[in-house]
Amino acid sequence: MRTKTGSPPEEVAALATPTPADPPDAPLAEALLQEPRRRQVPAGVYYLASVVVGIGIWWIAAVAGTNELLPTPGAVARAGWDGLRDGDLLTQTWASLRRVLIGFLLGVAVAVPTGFLMGWYRWANSALEPWVQFFRTIPPLALIPLVIIFLGVGESAKISLIFLAAYLSCVIAVVQGVRNVDRVLLNAARVLGAKDRHLFVKVVVPASLPYLFVGMRVALGNAWATLVAAELIAADTGLGHMMKTAGTYFEVPTVIVGVIVIGILGMLMDRVVLYLDRRLTRWQDKSES
Amino acid sequence: MTTSTLQGSGIAIRRVSKVFPASSGPVQALTGVDLDVREGEIVTLVGTSGCGKSTLLNIVAGLERPTEGEVTVSGRPVTGPGPDRGVIFQQYALFPWLTVAGNVEFGLRLQGVRRREAAATARRYLELVDLAGFADALPKELSGGMRQRVAIARAYAVNPSILLMDEPFGALDAVTRVELQDQLLRAWSAEPKTIVFVTHDVEEAVYLADRVVVMSPRPGRVSEVIDVDLPHPRTEQTRLSEDFLALRAHVWERVFHGRDLPRPR
Repeated sequence: MRTKTGSPPEEVAALATPTPADPPDAPLAEALLQEPRRRQVPAGVYYLASVVVGIGIWWIAAVAGTNELLPTPGAVARAGWDGLRDGDLLTQTWASLRRVLIGFLLGVAVAVPTGFLMGWYRWANSALEPWVQFFRTIPPLALIPLVIIFLGVGESAKISLIFLAAYLSCVIAVVQGVRNVDRVLLNAARVLGAKDRHLFVKVVVPASLPYLFVGMRVALGNAWATLVAAELIAADTGLGHMMKTAGTYFEVPTVIVGVIVIGILGMLMDRVVLYLDRRLTRWQDKSES
Repeated sequence: MTTSTLQGSGIAIRRVSKVFPASSGPVQALTGVDLDVREGEIVTLVGTSGCGKSTLLNIVAGLERPTEGEVTVSGRPVTGPGPDRGVIFQQYALFPWLTVAGNVEFGLRLQGVRRREAAATARRYLELVDLAGFADALPKELSGGMRQRVAIARAYAVNPSILLMDEPFGALDAVTRVELQDQLLRAWSAEPKTIVFVTHDVEEAVYLADRVVVMSPRPGRVSEVIDVDLPHPRTEQTRLSEDFLALRAHVWERVFHGRDLPRPR
């Protein structure tokens, strides 16, 4: 689902071990722990152990010198610390985050009304769906040459790319959500006196909220991946730019710092959406679906 | 008991037919149904699946239009759903994102009743179905029987003169089903409504009804209307009485022989 920046060099691939993609689902973990006669080892222990072992393997590989360009975790940590001290890392991170947040929020803000229209009215769907399906098949990065020609390499170029990536993944989820609203619930509202506008606000919107959150999670992941890739190609600030510059000077620790920051921020943003989802759609009966 | 709420809440079903288009050709779901439901009476529609009993209920609810014929409620033709006709669905149809109280208040809030007043009304009807303690629970935290009681309270809260119930207890276990039948009768005697109740359970049909309407399938039609003159209030004793058993046997026989038999080719 999430495409990280191109194909990373093999040395960097070692990082995949210490950053688990998804921790075990919290309710599931709870259910497992509540099972009787089971040794209660908190999920966090495995989580931590996995990270420690992964970094350990990396360290051994670096010290054993399989490839003299592979830095030790210590060297990467030092590079990260230096970047924090001179403020450059924070500046670049903020540049990237700002673009993602603006593009993502704009994408969601446009996806919600158009998605509701497409899900609810047949004419809106017929008019918009061909465009959505067409652009969905194009990787946003394939649009970079065009975007550079029309918008240059400034902020608006990057933000429009992210907007597109976020919009396309979110709008499809919203349409699905509206289409899947239980007809019985619509009928129940109608017999209680609901008119069309009530149906929309009081039934369709809350019923499709879980789908919107799924769309937002996918959108955020795609937006983040698109941004960093775009910065690698055309940018003078941002994490992607920082990594590209460091790469040309063989400053491998700085490149790895970039990868780690991208991964951590991506996970954090995903957690935030997931947290909002859990808070706002607690009413969902997970066992039923 | 106030008769004003009941005034003119009778239902008149006249020559109602319904044809559904299908890929294998049109399906005649109902043909020439004539039926009157008097105000304050409980009529149960019973029959095998495919006899059109749910379709007939949906037409009275205004959720479906008849292909031919007309339904009038208090003399006015039905053109769509309205809060004068409450509907209770087999699938409970509670709004899962609203609390129990929120569900019961839903219809009231649509009518512009103030929050505080709606909450008070909701509390009263939740007490009627013995769920006052669950006002703040979410539907997913309730059992099937409790969910259906919330649905009954929700329908009662907007004070419809007619309740249309579509196999409301069909998904419940036998004991819960009997409890809910009694609860419905209690609510009905506390606040009488005209009730049309669809079921495929013959015992339930006889126990609740003032009249049982037996329907038969393909095409769906009324095959017999049977008066149930068992005394109210009905109890466990009613179920064991000779009269009840005789009626149940009679209705069962009508349903059984009205069903579709596989014919040799």
